Amino acid sequence: MSADLILEAVGLRRTFHLGRRSSVTALDDVSCGVRRGTCLAVVGESGSGKSTLARVIVGLESADAGEVRIDGAEVRPTTSRSRLRARAKLVQMVFQDPQGSLNRSLPVAATIDEMLRVHRPDLDRAERRARVLELFAEVGLTERHADARPTALSGGQKQRVAIARALAAEPEIIVLDEAVSALDVSVQAQVLDLLDRLREEKGLTYLFITHDLSVVRAVADDVIVMRRGRIVERGTVDEILDRPAHPYTRLLLECAPRPGWVPRRGVIEELAQQI
Amino acid sequence: MLNVEGLTLAVTDPDTGQETEILRGNSFSLGQGEALGLVGESGSGKSMTLKCILGIEPPGSKVGGSIELGGTDLLAASGEQLRKVRANELALIAQNPHGALNPVLHVERFLIEGMADARGIPKAEAKARAAGLLRQVGITDTERVLRSYPHQLSGGLLQRVVIAGAISGEPRLLLADEPTTALDVTTQAEVVAILDEKRREHGLSMIFVSHDLDLAAAICDRLAVMKDGAILEIGTPEEIRDRPKTDYTRALMAARPLLHPEGRAPVLPNGTETDV
Repeated sequence: MSADLILEAVGLRRTFHLGRRSSVTALDDVSCGVRRGTCLAVVGESGSGKSTLARVIVGLESADAGEVRIDGAEVRPTTSRSRLRARAKLVQMVFQDPQGSLNRSLPVAATIDEMLRVHRPDLDRAERRARVLELFAEVGLTERHADARPTALSGGQKQRVAIARALAAEPEIIVLDEAVSALDVSVQAQVLDLLDRLREEKGLTYLFITHDLSVVRAVADDVIVMRRGRIVERGTVDEILDRPAHPYTRLLLECAPRPGWVPRRGVIEELAQQI
Repeated sequence: MLNVEGLTLAVTDPDTGQETEILRGNSFSLGQGEALGLVGESGSGKSMTLKCILGIEPPGSKVGGSIELGGTDLLAASGEQLRKVRANELALIAQNPHGALNPVLHVERFLIEGMADARGIPKAEAKARAAGLLRQVGITDTERVLRSYPHQLSGGLLQRVVIAGAISGEPRLLLADEPTTALDVTTQAEVVAILDEKRREHGLSMIFVSHDLDLAAAICDRLAVMKDGAILEIGTPEEIRDRPKTDYTRALMAARPLLHPEGRAPVLPNGTETDV
């Protein structure tokens, strides 16, 4: 693959065994690459394997086969603290539910502070505090928010904190797993704007996992469409959204609510049969 | 058919005694066979409006105004009257279909109970009708579905079962509360198409609560845009889309991510264009 790929997945396979006789192949020979400073959207429905791909890339899940390369170097599953730390410095993740990455009983600043203690051991206490406030300012929050507990913040504010938490490690890549899916549209638009600005300012690379094709146009440069553990189509945003080739991509596009849309069973069934 | 006048809902915090206004004097009406979409963001009061119609508002809250369904004032009705209205005239389709079905009973029992217990249809007849109901909502392997427990079925299939149950009672008014929000987009499109089709076939009125403006617009005759407990405006989907009366509606429309922002249609390989 070409040299400007910061992140590569090559031939990833992952099967989950659910019982003695049943198993699900979440990743079935998945290969993809993300160019430095761009956003790759991974689109799919439940069971497509998109979240497993994200989790394998950040190292939360191991693959049965295949490899993940960052900056051309293979990153292997590891339990070594120093290697995990090095990986976390390169790749951070933001989840759909920000509550999960925050401690309910502490002010949200404490969570960011903990990240800084790990990733910026050079900073003393006062410097860390200053850095926390700097990070909060970057995601559009103030000192008042920093000293609040997660329960006192709205969903959008919590997601901004989760983004600040990821930024605290100063990563090169952020994996966003349905990071704006639970937000109201007006909040979603603001968070998408924020992500766009941060990417530009910091030269970040995003892997953007989503079930929602409509947000893809707003954030992504390239798209892969996944279904049942396989990539069925890949291309630029314009190619995928304007000139879809695979029947499954066309089905997803047909089913996405949009102005003037009317759901029609006949059309849906016809497209589904072509897959 | 349904007439809601000055509907208010206030909830008192049991600890602080502080009263919060959740619905702020909303009025709307619904004709026979009409579908009204309640659209808005979280906390706008759209689901609470449905709860008030069903009489299942949170404990300790105060409801004001009037809700008249087919001549009965639901807010003044006795328990017995309310039970009758709920059994004969209303059907709820909630976001989570699992909540509608008893997890330890087969789907068949759910459908039979709805018809036999609530509407007094003889059990044998209800049993005979169950499979037909499932076919109506596009389920072909009816025997397997009837003998399944809810946990054995996918969310989309289960939501179809709930729709089948809802129409089995031949209610006057369907109350749909984000019925497809938890479903995958392809499943959502199918379930919404079925819901729309069945509603029209049976001439049912419907209130469709959704955070998705385009989804509601696709199957509703009119939309009511809600914010912070108030209905800001009511109009046809075209009116709301092309001539919004309030800044909030305009902002809400502008915030939606669009597949095709400039209105261009994707070109499909076979040369046909999908409508945008």
